Amino acid sequence: MRLVIRNGRVVDPKNKIDKKVDILIEDGKITKIGESSKFRPGDVTRSTITIDATGKVVTPGLIDIHTHLREPGREDEETIASGTRAAAQGGFTSICCMPNTQPVVDSVSGVKFILTTASQEGVVNVYPIGSITKGRKGEEIAEIGKMRIAGIVGISDDGKPVMNAQIMRRALEYAKMFNLPVISHCEDLNLSIGGVMNEGFTSTVLGLKGIPSQAEEVMVARDIALAELTGGKLHLAHITTRRSVELIRQAKKKKIKVTCETAPHYFSLSEEEVQGYDTNTKINPPLRTKDDIKALCEGLADGTIDCIVSDHAPHLDVEKDLEYNIAPFGIIGLETTLPLILTNLVSKKILNLSQAIAKLTVNPANILGLEKGSLSIGSDADLTIIDLNLKKKIGNEFTSQSKNSPFIGMELKGFPVTTIVGGKVVMKDGKLV
Amino acid sequence: MRLKNKDLLGLEYLDREEINLILETAKPFKELFTRSVKKVPPLRGKTVVLLFYEPSTRTRISFELAAKRLSADVLNISASTSSVAKGESLIDTAKTLEAMKADFVVIRHSMSGAPQILARTISASIINAGDGTHEHPTQGLLDMFTIWEKKERLSGLKVAIVGDILHSRVARSNIWGLNKMGAKVYVVGPATLMPPKIEQMGVKIFYDLDEIIDELDVINILRIQIERQKENLFPSLREYNEIFGITDERLKRAKKDLLVMHPGPMNRGIEISSSVAEGSRSVITEQVTNGIAVRMAVLYLLAGGDSRGMKR
Repeated sequence: MRLVIRNGRVVDPKNKIDKKVDILIEDGKITKIGESSKFRPGDVTRSTITIDATGKVVTPGLIDIHTHLREPGREDEETIASGTRAAAQGGFTSICCMPNTQPVVDSVSGVKFILTTASQEGVVNVYPIGSITKGRKGEEIAEIGKMRIAGIVGISDDGKPVMNAQIMRRALEYAKMFNLPVISHCEDLNLSIGGVMNEGFTSTVLGLKGIPSQAEEVMVARDIALAELTGGKLHLAHITTRRSVELIRQAKKKKIKVTCETAPHYFSLSEEEVQGYDTNTKINPPLRTKDDIKALCEGLADGTIDCIVSDHAPHLDVEKDLEYNIAPFGIIGLETTLPLILTNLVSKKILNLSQAIAKLTVNPANILGLEKGSLSIGSDADLTIIDLNLKKKIGNEFTSQSKNSPFIGMELKGFPVTTIVGGKVVMKDGKLV
Repeated sequence: MRLKNKDLLGLEYLDREEINLILETAKPFKELFTRSVKKVPPLRGKTVVLLFYEPSTRTRISFELAAKRLSADVLNISASTSSVAKGESLIDTAKTLEAMKADFVVIRHSMSGAPQILARTISASIINAGDGTHEHPTQGLLDMFTIWEKKERLSGLKVAIVGDILHSRVARSNIWGLNKMGAKVYVVGPATLMPPKIEQMGVKIFYDLDEIIDELDVINILRIQIERQKENLFPSLREYNEIFGITDERLKRAKKDLLVMHPGPMNRGIEISSSVAEGSRSVITEQVTNGIAVRMAVLYLLAGGDSRGMKR
């Protein structure tokens, strides 16, 4: 099957392309990129499907390396089927799912379940992340090698830190053999205990228990030290504070193998959004201060922060419609990540378009060693077409099974309009196929 | 003049004129208490629900008396917080009360923000009777009423709030209210029991009461809870008593007309000595009486009444 995408502005940061070219896709692979004049008559035949991308941006398929699909265990919140559809709706062609399901993905059987279900029911590529420790209990390291052979791309106890520094050290050392990154959820549980929002003036006024930014920063510092000690690959999940950014910047200067991510809500919303006790502002780590937002933008601009993830965390209305203290942490993000980046970073000239796309394609692919994230000849035909000028108000309807989003009602500019996975169009004109 | 909102969720959301209105309105209600018939008709036919998710005797009875002296019908609902977590959600409870056509819901809850959830879910007037560590606006109002009655002003007075500021909704409501009325507020207590960035609320922090004791017009003493010691927030009650306990000895340098207040219930011999509680400066029992008058004023004004009505 042949597909040609014409007249789009192609932005491929890996290959340093940003120009108007056509892309030919044959049997799920990219076979040609060039100006339409370079295409021979045989390239595009009558049976070739043509997608006109005039006025749009064509990028490598977007990659989200931090998603919670909730299956197995909480299929009422999200499933592999619904979560991958939400991903396609949001312009993502590949997602990496966190292992904090029920049961935890800490063994080969869990990995196989996800891969099998995703191949049968998923509409985008799914890469499982295994847990660092058995049951995410932080006590014994999981069968990392066996899970690697079965197909995991990283390990993480996400949702929880590995509190014991010795176990974290062992995990970094052991995972090094498989070139697997250890994805760390940085939170000192003794400092964050009972906290539900950022600690500061707002938490004092609202009478909510705070989580100091130091709860994150002491663990960022610890894990960087352990990465230096072991030479292991460390990836720091959802970074939110100024000092975290500074610590990572220093570590990178010292050539320590550390990468990191943040999520759109951390540069789009501040702790002040918690006023009114809307539980869709309850996220872990919490929304921070305006100064932290500034530091995140600086870190994104200078490359300290490598990539942006959704940290898509579905919860039901009945779970979220509670008193702030007892509502669960987390918000959905797959369908708002790209629009938030375009609206809050690209439109505001914090990142140029190519930098922004790099943080959703080549950079996350490099962190987890995925052979994705570029439009190189011969690579899988995963592509996203974006309308930079499309303005929409985020409504109450999502492709995700859950709708716990603080962005409902907000107008954003720049949305994905077409998602192509392995040469197959899965979302077209903003609608799932 | 009338109140601007249908609810009383906190003193943060009231302006100076509204606080004045409530205090002025409470005055004639208090005069009622000296009569043999203490009941007036303004809330006849109205239903006041007292929804208490946390045990409370003082505040609940005070609201019940206030509502009954205004001729309202009063319904008591007490629920334990655990049954909320397991069973019916607050929002569902709220919808049930809405269906029963309650005019007022007075809510006490262990979690901050619970009254806000009610207020945006149902049309009844919501009165916050204390939510978590957020606010306890009627306590703040009755404390201010008590000071105002004795000192005939609030502006320019120096008020110290002593104790566990971190977990105190009473402290937060007092700080908002007193600041708006022009008083100067000090908070005194262990550094571990000071909320982060509390000074941004417009207060000064002291760890040693003796530094300011001679200039104070009012000292408001908060209850210290033994459970806090288990969280390592202070080492022992006897150490707390030694450093922050209010005794006659400590008050020697204080002004003669210093007012000693406590929202209750008291731990005698810990945050306050018995002789101070019973002493000539203490207005602790008067606070209780004033609480009813202030709550009558709040109910009356939220029902749409204005200050002229009661002055007649």
